[in-house]
Amino acid sequence: MKNKSQFVYVTYISSSVEKVWNALMDPEMTRKYWGHLNVSDWKVGSNWKHEDASTGEIRLAGKVVESTPPRRLVITWAFPADAQAPEKHTRVTFDIEPVGNAVRLKVTHDELEPGSEMERGITRGWPVVLSNLKTLLETNEAMETKALFEHAHKRG
Amino acid sequence: MEKNKVFRALADPSRRKLLDILRVDNGQTLGELSEPLDMTRQAVAKHLRLLEAANLVVTVWRGREKLHYLNPVPIHEIYERWIGKFERSRLQALYDLKEELEKDYEK
Repeated sequence: MKNKSQFVYVTYISSSVEKVWNALMDPEMTRKYWGHLNVSDWKVGSNWKHEDASTGEIRLAGKVVESTPPRRLVITWAFPADAQAPEKHTRVTFDIEPVGNAVRLKVTHDELEPGSEMERGITRGWPVVLSNLKTLLETNEAMETKALFEHAHKRG
Repeated sequence: MEKNKVFRALADPSRRKLLDILRVDNGQTLGELSEPLDMTRQAVAKHLRLLEAANLVVTVWRGREKLHYLNPVPIHEIYERWIGKFERSRLQALYDLKEELEKDYEK
């Protein structure tokens, strides 16, 4: 188990479980806080892709593994070049639960190769994506995503 | 999540040390985390509870083991609050310069 790495990220958002769930898979929402469109029909077994909002370039791809609206979504996550190589897919689990007047969103990213480019990318990316999602849902305004992601990618 | 809890949690050098340890090797048990520290298990457990209450550490059960993960999201939220998009690129340039200089120095 210890040869693959795992990261866990949690943010508390003053919002509803349904809004957070929707924000993960509505491309117009992900464009705002992620600078990318998450595109899929989100049915178990379907493909999903993560498309750069300004260039249309596909940055990530994978499959929907589990979908329990509005609480739990599990997807595989890979560079497009590895889309046909399941052994290179990493896995992302979103768990959404209500806590008082807020929502706890937990992102577990596992099946990562330690020291890989993917690991470096996601450890920089998730804190940015999640705090920007929180800002968007709580204030209706997201940070400018282009600057955010240049920043996140540059340190790689 | 209250920001006060984050600042209070970060104010203690032992708790910052625990976060440093998790940054290098994420997902450790209390026993593993206690080993390199000159503290009792009880003291480490107390620090971890405070870090968890501040959402700087997230715990996950794997079988009978409770694993601790560094959660930098609250720190990023603080960063977003005071560092706007315009300062960001300038600070990044300074950070890159610092990294570059220190890399040479370490050789």
